[in-house]
Amino acid sequence: MASQKEVLIDPIFNNNPIALQVLGICSALAVTINMATTLVMCLAVIFVITMSNLSVSLLRNRIPTNIRIIVQMTIIASLVIVVDEVLKAVAYDISKSLSVFVGLIITNCIVMGRAEAFAMQNGPWLSALDGLGNALGYSVVLIGVALVREPLGSGTLMGYEILPTVANGGWYLPNGLLLLAPSAFFIIGFFIWAIRAWKTDQVEEAEYEIAPNVQYKEAM
Amino acid sequence: MGLRSVLDDLAPQFEKGGKYEWLYPAYEAIDTALYTPGKTTAGGSHVRDNLNLKRIMITVWLCAFIPVFVGSYFVGFNANEAMQSMGLSSLDNWRGVLINGLVSYDPNSIWDCLVHGLAYFIPLYITVFLAGIFFEIWFASKRGHEVNEGYFVTSILFTLTLPPSIPLWMAAVGVAFGVVIAKEVFGGTGKNFLNPALTGRAFLYFAYPAQMSGDAVWVAVDGYTKATPLGNAALGEPYGVDWMQAFLGVMPGSLGETSTLAILIAGVLLCASRIASWRVMAGVFVGMAVTASVLNVIPSSNPMFDMPFWWHLVLGGFAFGAIFMATDPVSAAMTDKGRWYYGMLIGFMCVLIRVVNPAFPEGMMLAILFGNLFAPLMDHFVVQSNIKRRLARG
Repeated sequence: MASQKEVLIDPIFNNNPIALQVLGICSALAVTINMATTLVMCLAVIFVITMSNLSVSLLRNRIPTNIRIIVQMTIIASLVIVVDEVLKAVAYDISKSLSVFVGLIITNCIVMGRAEAFAMQNGPWLSALDGLGNALGYSVVLIGVALVREPLGSGTLMGYEILPTVANGGWYLPNGLLLLAPSAFFIIGFFIWAIRAWKTDQVEEAEYEIAPNVQYKEAM
Repeated sequence: MGLRSVLDDLAPQFEKGGKYEWLYPAYEAIDTALYTPGKTTAGGSHVRDNLNLKRIMITVWLCAFIPVFVGSYFVGFNANEAMQSMGLSSLDNWRGVLINGLVSYDPNSIWDCLVHGLAYFIPLYITVFLAGIFFEIWFASKRGHEVNEGYFVTSILFTLTLPPSIPLWMAAVGVAFGVVIAKEVFGGTGKNFLNPALTGRAFLYFAYPAQMSGDAVWVAVDGYTKATPLGNAALGEPYGVDWMQAFLGVMPGSLGETSTLAILIAGVLLCASRIASWRVMAGVFVGMAVTASVLNVIPSSNPMFDMPFWWHLVLGGFAFGAIFMATDPVSAAMTDKGRWYYGMLIGFMCVLIRVVNPAFPEGMMLAILFGNLFAPLMDHFVVQSNIKRRLARG
């Protein structure tokens, strides 16, 4: 049985859902152009994963095995609809710029993955912690990506100008690539690189090694 | 042998346990760039040939100097002509400080045009070279591999694909991205599945579109706009040049891409020395010609549909890409049959992007990167079919 602390902390760097399991990449590409939408997305995902893990765990002994995926989907979809409606009510602009991606939390692999892999086997308290931990791991990556994309892509952070752009009379020429979704691939790649440089046990084994060259005379 | 003994005297400082051990890749790079390395492979079966990586890379590098000089001449020529039409008689920026005394900006003088063009090429090349070699040596010293002559080729090809008046810092950022993301991340020369020079250019193209495309960047005079013939063609306007001018290179464009003639001469040298694969070049040409001819007979309101293949050949980066970029031995297909398919895919995609995609007037860069992605797959199927055929033969 894993300890509570491990369940909560491990997914942040040791077993990060994006960086190690490579799940939930799509929304990481889509919503990280600016920090405000990223933070809202993170809050939404934190709520959905925690609550879905908790609910699935509470129901786990009542769910018939052969329809468990449908039951999980129903729970997750209900939670996402709640989030979507709340966002529309309290933060309409951000909800509009997040557009379809809030709805797509339903298909975020992390949510289903945690419900199926963890909440179905563990008690509600641990499951909620696990959901929270994974959501935080997801959030760390998203915030990291947005921290690169928004300042370098448009010279602002949370809408405030931190690098004065050429268009506004400053010196910084915004990098247009960072406003396109593929840039998040590079940044997530750098992020994974950094994590693996720090936690070397995540590095995969090389498939083969190239033999070193030898001195000339040995070859003769 | 003065230089040799100087290098030998310095060697212990850079070898294991020496004071500058971490700089060994830099020392090794300089040593092996100047002298034949004393190491070779042993055991196993390998081809024993005078042609090593160093000779391959240096030959490509030298061949690239044909487009360098011709391209620089036309950059200078275009700029001088623009200056004449604007009534300018001298440059008032830092390039002017370098060359104002040497030349008089007369578009009819070969010397004036060449020096003016080189005033754009040389600072750009030095910047690109230093920025890229910095990352090469850094990665080499961290990863324990060696710096090789491949970077000479990457740097010069990258420089030749840039518009002449691009800011120097931008070129440095682009080449750093190309070297790190396209090459070093995957393990260095020989393991890159994308062409590093083109990856760097693609990065700049999407990151700074205002400095990499449009009408203002192709003639190296501030405030002077002139569209490339491809840009004109996409709008259905007259190209602005006749075919012979385009073939010789009298048109605005990136540094090295304008003169198809110079590029073809370099291509002949590369094929004659059997360094670049003629199959790839032929495949690109066949793919382009067939696709363009098929599109020619389709009636359409899009003026690009009517562009015949001999115009596709001389406009934009087609020739430069086909001769220098698509033939990169690492990122191209490795099997003979695969090379044909790989080349044809590039030619096909290039025309398709130019003609059908309204967002990009030029498609060669993206077509080659696309081809790079498919090269290993083509090799795989060629090898598999070979194995099957031989098994069936019994």
